[in-house]
Formats: sequence, structure tokens, C-alpha cells
Amino acid sequence: MAGGWPRRRWTSWRACWAEAMLRDALLLQLGYNATLVAIGATLLGISAGVTGTFLFLRKRALVSDAISHATLPGVCIAFMVMVSLGGDGRNLAGLLAGSALSAWVGLLCLNWLTRNTRLAEDAAIGSVLSVFFGFGIVLLTVIQTMGAGRQAGLEGFLLGSTAGMLWADALVIALGGACTLALILLIRRPMTMVAFDPEYAAARGLPVYRIDLAMMGLVMAVTVVGLKIVGLILIVALLIIPPVTARFWSERSDRVVMLSGLVGGLAGYLGAAISASAPNLPTGPIIVLVAFGFFAVSLLVAPGRGVLAAVLRHLRFQRRVHLRQGLLALAQGQPIYERLTVRLLHRAGLVRADGVATESGRARAAKALRDEKRWEIVRADQAHEAAAALYDGLRDIETVLTRDQIDEIDRRIGGPQEVPA
Amino acid sequence: MSGSEFVPLSLTPLLIGILTAVACALPGNFLVLRRQALIGDAISHVVLPGIVVAFLLTGIIAAWPMMLGAAGAAVVAVVLIEAIRRLGRIEPGAAMGVVFTSMFAGGVLLLEQSDTSSVHLDVEHALYGNLESLIWLDATGWSSLFDPVALAGLPVELIRILIALAGVGGFIWLFWRPLKLSTFDEGFARTVGIRADLLGFALVIVAAVAAVAAFDAVGSIIVIAMFICPPAAARMMTNTLEGQIGWSVAFAVLSASLGYVLAGYGPLWLGAADAVSAAGMIATVSGMILALAARFGPCRARTGAPLNS
Repeated sequence: MAGGWPRRRWTSWRACWAEAMLRDALLLQLGYNATLVAIGATLLGISAGVTGTFLFLRKRALVSDAISHATLPGVCIAFMVMVSLGGDGRNLAGLLAGSALSAWVGLLCLNWLTRNTRLAEDAAIGSVLSVFFGFGIVLLTVIQTMGAGRQAGLEGFLLGSTAGMLWADALVIALGGACTLALILLIRRPMTMVAFDPEYAAARGLPVYRIDLAMMGLVMAVTVVGLKIVGLILIVALLIIPPVTARFWSERSDRVVMLSGLVGGLAGYLGAAISASAPNLPTGPIIVLVAFGFFAVSLLVAPGRGVLAAVLRHLRFQRRVHLRQGLLALAQGQPIYERLTVRLLHRAGLVRADGVATESGRARAAKALRDEKRWEIVRADQAHEAAAALYDGLRDIETVLTRDQIDEIDRRIGGPQEVPA
Repeated sequence: MSGSEFVPLSLTPLLIGILTAVACALPGNFLVLRRQALIGDAISHVVLPGIVVAFLLTGIIAAWPMMLGAAGAAVVAVVLIEAIRRLGRIEPGAAMGVVFTSMFAGGVLLLEQSDTSSVHLDVEHALYGNLESLIWLDATGWSSLFDPVALAGLPVELIRILIALAGVGGFIWLFWRPLKLSTFDEGFARTVGIRADLLGFALVIVAAVAAVAAFDAVGSIIVIAMFICPPAAARMMTNTLEGQIGWSVAFAVLSASLGYVLAGYGPLWLGAADAVSAAGMIATVSGMILALAARFGPCRARTGAPLNS
């Protein structure tokens, strides 16, 4: 093909160029705006990850969905108030204050519905989010018809818009994120306690309702701060995905909090850098997808709670069961038809390829049968009740009883007896 | 207002609004009782990627590929949520949050990446639809209702939501007893031989169908509102399932019609020149109804159950 090589040159040049852009973006060398966005997104990711952990551990992750949707009417009202007072209407601090106010009202409605009516929390979340969001959309259409041209940008709060981010905007985001982190540092212990055991916390005299409210207040702060970068629909992702990801890697709450902050920060930083490296890559969705990538990897490979670990655990268990059953069958002189069992026994050097037991196989089989008899005695004897509860068909009896106890049991079983010819 | 103005401009949007509200409120009753209310929220978010993928695959903006794409995305989302919940041992709310936000983000990204500027496909439209534009141009007055030529020009969305409503109603009517049993006592339902898990999945699929048909006409925000608000308000009014469904249908009709009228004529009464978003207003009215029911409804209190801390 005649046009083959220039085309390949072109694509490889483009690949090089994209790579260089990405490298520049990762090193914060893509200009002023991209750097501001990257720093802002990183800070936002850290504070969202840390805050979201408490929400996740409290099993109220989706409350953040209601809070974030409830910000919309506040943004619109703040805009209208600022315009009617003769201001610009697009002052970020003013809009964020308005959004915080309406999110707080939404939160109080949510709490009132769950505490004072028979609605479950999920129905309360859904109703608050849809009604506030619907009302916000009504206000948006009002704004569109009132001061033509000046409303530009309010839709940006739905999905975030980082294109025209100003130094002052970045400052607001950085300050908000820092304040949130400081507050969390102050009240992390009571929040952890309430998240794990609200009844116990109440018995200790902690004001559970107010701590919950403080937790929600922090979530609200993160949401408000994140409106500019990822928008109100996707901020939920930054509050939920990093904690869920971090939970795979640790069973200790303080480490989950740190890891979650790390995942959130990395997702924010990488997402902002990737979106700056090429056109048509909106920042908010890219950040969310990077976070989801971390989640997917963790779901698969995390030790302990990951899918891969679970599969390995299952295979190991299956092998033990087959070996055990195979040995018992050998000991009782029964033929083994199960392929996997024969293969496992052969690989362990316990049977020959034709299924006949080797020397060590016969020894192990005899031991297995004797252990089974020992367990039978243990389980029939009330004195060994605690040990008998541990019987699962696989556990070695030596790990449960002492040498002396086993000797005692062996005396009861007695030695091999002569069989009359 | 005369029929020659009302029938072409307002009758079909109003009817579509009402039918949508009822089609969503019916399965919503069961979802609210089963504590799955937020499934509606998740479905309405993942509809966007489904539609975008369908558009990218077929290259056309047509109703059926898009509805199939949206329904497919809803099924994928439900399966993914269940898989993540089981494989990762994560609580359902968080699993849902992970899935629908990621899929929504993927949809937005695809939309930005692909060349959809020439066609009418954008996030705002997906969110709050365009109920006001579903007018019936062929109508000239009330007499058009009996005119076969004019009837042929009815907005196709009306027919579609009618079919969806019939499907939803039929499902609930057919499976009334098993649905009722498995909603209130899943263990008992299983012992009498009802496949409760299959039925639960079918309910979610039916809800997804209603959501997709409704979304096509009115956008996703009204879908969430109608899944939850009328059933939740109805729950404050009565203690029987039959009564609750009746109340929820009444509330759905009331919020759709009142919301549409307020959005269309409210600003005019207040002296403003332009109408506001009908979908948003319908959601707002349903919220008002819920607020009134939660404050004054005869069965609003939680009886017998302990207050959670």
C-alpha cells in the first residue's frame, strides 16, 4: 500500500506527542490553568477520600448523593440574589455559600424524614435528592430567562468545568479542603466510634446525633468545594470509590482513612493531568474513571478481600478436602475414581500412577484413619466439648489437643488387634 | 383557554407527564417497601451511557436502539452492583454508588469524545428532558381526538409510554400475590415456592423499562422523583398495600398535572414572561405533597419499630 508508511509515521508521531503531553501534564508543566486544576483536584481528592471513609464505615454512603443534588437550588438562589444586588452573580465564594446553605437544608429534611416518619433512609435520600434537584432545575430555567447571557457557567456545576478556573477559585478550593482535613483530624475519634458502634458510643455519653450531623457537615463541605471541579453529580464518586477501594487493603480504620485519602488524591492528580493532556477529556469524568480503575484493580488483586485471593483460598481448601478424602479411601482399601483426587495424591507422592498407594501413602493414610477415629472419641466425649467444636473434617488433631491428651485417647482406642484367621 | 389552543399545545405533554408519573409510581411502591428505592436513582444515571453507546453503535438517533441501549445499560448496572456487592463483600449502597457514578462518568466521557455536536444528545437533555416540546401539531381542537388523520400525528412518546404503562400494570397485576408476599416476608415467600430472587430481579427490570420509556420523554430527574415521592407520600396515608398503590397513583397524577400547569402558567400569573421547566416543577410538586403527607398523614409514624439512633 502506497500510503502505508507516512500514515504509520503520523500515528507514531501522534503517540509521541500525546506521551509528551501526558508527561508534561504529570510534571505540572502544561501552563497555569492545568497546574491550578491539578493541585485543586489533588486536594479535593484527598479530603473527599478521607471524609468519605467515615460515611462509608457508617454505611450511609449514598447520603452524599442527596447532599450533592441538594446544592443546586442554593447555587441558583445565590446567583439570583447576587444579580439582584447588582453584583456579578458568578462569584465562586458566594455561589458556594448558597450551595452549602441549601445542602444543609436538604440534610435536615433527610434527617427529619428518617427520624420522624416511617420512611427508610433510602426513600428519604431519593426524595430529597430528586425534589431539590427538580427545584434547582426550575430555578435554572428561571435564570435562563431573566438576565440573558449572564447565566453562563451555572450548568457547569452539574458536571464541573475547569476551563476558566481562576487563582481565586483555586484558593477557595484549597482553603476549603484544608479546613475540612483539619476538622476531621479534630473529631476523628468520636466519628470512628459512632461509625462502628453507635449504641456503644451513645452509652459512653457521646452525642451521636450531633456527631452524625458533623460528619454530614464535612461531607457537605467537600461536596461544595468539589462543585467547581467535578460537578455535583460526580462528586459522589469521589466520596464513595476511594473508601471502598481502601477498605480492600486494610482492616484498621486509621489505615483505611489514610489509604482512602491517598487513592482520592492520586485519582484527582492523575485525572486532572490526563484530562489536560488532550482535548475532549472532561476533568470530572476522567477523575472518576481513574478512581474506578483503582477500585477495579483492588477488587481483583487485594490480599485477603480481593477476588483473586478468594479464588486461591478456595482452590487450597478444595485440595485439602480431596487429599483428606483420598487418604481415608486409601486407608479403607477403597478404589479412588475421582480424577482430581488421584492427581493430587500422585503429585504428593502418595500413590503411583495406577492408583496403588506408595509406602509413604500407606503411612499417611493409616495416620488419617487413626486421626478420624481419635476425633470420633473427642466428639463423643463431653469433657472435650470445646475441642470438638473445632472439628471440620480437615483440622489436624495435633493443633487442638496436647500430646498427653492424644495419648490418653489412643489408650482408649487401644492397639491393633489380631484378627482370627 | 380554548380547545384549539389547549389540545395541540398542552394536552399531549400533560398526558405524557401523567402517564409517566403513574408508570414510575407503580413499581416505585414495591421498591420503596423493599428498601431498594435508590435503584431508580442508579438506573436513571446509567441510562446516559446506554444511550450514548447505542448511538455510537448505530450512528443514528432513533428511538428503539436507544431504548435497547438504555435497558441494556440498566441490566449491566444491576448485574455489576450485585457482582461487586458479593465479590467484594461491600454494602449495597456503596456498591451502587461505585457503579452508577462510574458508568455515568463513562457516558459523559464518550459523549465528549464522539462527534455528537450535530445531533440532539447532551447531558442536560438527559437530565431534565423536554416535556414542553412534545406537542401535537396535527390537532386543531377537541374534535381532533376523533379524527384518524390527526391521531396518526400523535407524538410517538405518548404511544411508547402508554405501552410501558400497560406493561408495568400487567406485570404487577399478574404477579400481585407473589410480589406482595415476597415484599413483606421474603423467607415465607420462599418456603411457599416463590422464586423471590427472580421476582426481585424482574421487578428491577420492569422498573428499568418504565424508567427508560419515561426518560425518553421527560428526562431522568422526574423518573427518580416519581419512583420515590408518590409511593413515599402514599405510605404515610395508609397501612394496606392496595390503599398505598391507590394513593400513590392519585399523588402521581396530581403532581404531574399540577406541576405541568404551574410550570406553564405559574410564571404568567406572577407576571413573568416565560415558562419554567415542567419536569423540575413536577418533581417539586411531588416533594410538596410528600412534605404535607409526612407532616399530616394519618399513618406517618413508625409504629412498633424501634427508632434508630
